[in-house]
Amino acid sequence: MKNMIGIILTGGRNHVLGGLTAERCVAALPVGGKYRAIDFPLSNMVNSQITKVGVITQYAFRSLMDHLGAGKEWDLDRKMGGLFIFPPFILDSESEWYKGSADALYNNISFIQRSVEEYVVIAQGNCIYNMCYGDMLGYHLAKGGDITIAYKECLDIDEPSLSQLGILRTDGDGRVVEMDEKPERPKYRNVSMGVYIMKGSFLVEVLKECAARGKYNLVKDVFVDMLGELKVYRYRFDGYWRSLNNVGVFYRCNMEMLDPGVRQELFLSGRRIYTKVKDETPAKYNEEAQVRNSVVGDGCIIEGTVEDSVLFRGATVNRGCRVKGSIVMQDGRLEPFSSIENVIMDKNSAVSQGTHVRGEAGAPRLIRKGEIV
Amino acid sequence: MKKETIALLLAGGQGNRLGILTKKVAKPAVFYGAKYRIIDFALSNCANSGVGTVGVLTQYRPLKLNSHIGIGKPWDMDRFNGGVTILSPYSKGEVGEWYKGSAGAVYQNIHYVDEMDPKYVLVLSTDHVYKMDYREMLGFHKANKAEVTISVIDVPLEEASRLGIMSAEPSGRITEFEEKPKAPKSTLASMGIYVFNWDVLRRYLIADNDDPASSKDFGKNIITSMLRDRIGMWAYRFEGYWKDVGTIQAYWEANMDLLERVPRLNLFDRNSRIYTPNPVMPAHFIGGTGDVRRSVLAEGCMVYGKVYNSIVSTGAYIGEGAEVIDSVVMPGVRIGKGSTVAKTILCENARVGDRCVIGVGAMAENAYMPEIYCTDIDVIGEDATVPDGTMIGKNVAVDNGVKASDFKGVTVASGSYVAASA
Repeated sequence: MKNMIGIILTGGRNHVLGGLTAERCVAALPVGGKYRAIDFPLSNMVNSQITKVGVITQYAFRSLMDHLGAGKEWDLDRKMGGLFIFPPFILDSESEWYKGSADALYNNISFIQRSVEEYVVIAQGNCIYNMCYGDMLGYHLAKGGDITIAYKECLDIDEPSLSQLGILRTDGDGRVVEMDEKPERPKYRNVSMGVYIMKGSFLVEVLKECAARGKYNLVKDVFVDMLGELKVYRYRFDGYWRSLNNVGVFYRCNMEMLDPGVRQELFLSGRRIYTKVKDETPAKYNEEAQVRNSVVGDGCIIEGTVEDSVLFRGATVNRGCRVKGSIVMQDGRLEPFSSIENVIMDKNSAVSQGTHVRGEAGAPRLIRKGEIV
Repeated sequence: MKKETIALLLAGGQGNRLGILTKKVAKPAVFYGAKYRIIDFALSNCANSGVGTVGVLTQYRPLKLNSHIGIGKPWDMDRFNGGVTILSPYSKGEVGEWYKGSAGAVYQNIHYVDEMDPKYVLVLSTDHVYKMDYREMLGFHKANKAEVTISVIDVPLEEASRLGIMSAEPSGRITEFEEKPKAPKSTLASMGIYVFNWDVLRRYLIADNDDPASSKDFGKNIITSMLRDRIGMWAYRFEGYWKDVGTIQAYWEANMDLLERVPRLNLFDRNSRIYTPNPVMPAHFIGGTGDVRRSVLAEGCMVYGKVYNSIVSTGAYIGEGAEVIDSVVMPGVRIGKGSTVAKTILCENARVGDRCVIGVGAMAENAYMPEIYCTDIDVIGEDATVPDGTMIGKNVAVDNGVKASDFKGVTVASGSYVAASA
């Protein structure tokens, strides 16, 4: 797959995620005890033998930059190609933040122009899945279209979540004939995964045209507006896929890491998911520990009861504590005899001694980063 | 590029008292503590002590060790200047030779040390687990204007006759050294951690190499000659946790020490981490039927059974209804449904079938190598397969790579040895 470069879009501010994205972008959301969302598309690229990847960042990207570093963990610290990070930059008094995905790409158009690779795959930084983009390129070449969009038939997500996504309708040949971006009333369940493959030269032309017309959004202003003129095909993906668009999906996605089938597909299929190394020591279970149906990261110390939960690296569950249906992010602390149920504890937060915090299964309670309850 | 201090790690030994644990790998490469290899401690101590130039002397089965160390990235030793260098025996035209003894190995690499031109050389054995800031020892060495400083630890009298024992004046100056004395005159044991002034060590290495009667050992030959010449040699007392993992019993105990509520060897201290190449594995998973208490578990494990008082390493799988007690489970081990494993060391990628019972029964002397297998601990070798329904007693060794067909019947009596077919 030396003939394709990758671009990951990490998006703007997502208000629906509330406190979870107060200090980080969606792509930096923690998942599965040790990962960040961006690890999935980034590892997918590496596993598809893509060795040149650009990450376009805008909103609260410090934690993302810290996570990605020079790309060492993804084997992207290279002389030829490797990892490129594109935050917004100031050229003159006219310069601004990126106004949309097409604008962000246009601002970094030289990255695409200078690449000798013929094709580009664009993916979203906030989606959790394990997919081979190489197979998708094969499909793209076979169809001979301008753009190929990956989609998944999402039968198991509710309408509000669906209307935060892009919905596709295709004809019998797989050609996309209708595209509804974030429809109020979604008519179909074929969801665009935000993974697009096209020729680099084609993308450059389209971006230039957009800029000339004063258009900034890749999906709305290119794919939707130009659907009639372009040959856009869809590529079916049947594996596990979640887009972390709201707190409910974020919570659910983490809970799905307890499903052996999902774990098998995401982590043990042979295409591995890479992430930043923390050098934590293995988790320690003391005499009183009672842990069931849970994911536990390195560096945890457990002396209490943990059920149906995800504990990230360095979490501490003291004596007499009870954790149920909850997510405890990195270095979260439960002081003795406290308990949480249906709670998301963000990084470095704590529940003090004897305190009990409860949320609803459908509406988990969030304890914000660094907060002590 | 001049360095004040460099370290030389003696990692060439087999450690044959560990039996099948070191049949395929050198002792420093043996797994410890669910994620680490023994050499990680010396390497990480160097990294945490600001000693960034490290030569690792390898000889016995170095493949795993070499790939583990690589270019030293996990220890931040992939550097322009210094960093880690693997020093293997080499040929010099007609006269190439294997390393003879620990001092002989360093002698063969005088040119490496000369290139770094250090004032001090830390010589470290890699057979122990411990955390130590070598800077403090170096400070002690400098303050005493010593030519040699040996790190010592106070041991119980009954252990002293197994170790190298130092006698020192109250000031700390060493007067006598005895290797494994029958009647120990002191309880200060050498930890195999030395600081030498390089010019002094260099002189003695060359003289020792010219002595055909010498066995080219640091303790026996170099230290003894230096003491005879009244070289300024001081004992640096270490108070922390330090454990030799040279026998099966000691190896097992050192692992079990990590299960204390607050282990003396604190691996959770973020100011002095122990580094190792990190596996690409998801966080571990305890299933709905799992139960883990008083144990240490690494990433990638899947536990559907019961784990008590055990070390379970990276990527191990423990099936439903299985019970693992008082055991050391190395990476990639699979334990089938309903099996019981008690006080057993399971080496890398060992496979235990369903409904096996391992480590249960009366103790018996090992028929094969009683001097190595002399406790009630079972050892199941690397890549060995124990077929479904096998009953294994105590003090049994199952060789590396044993296949299901190598078992003669479902019962293996205590004290047996199961050999691999050719």
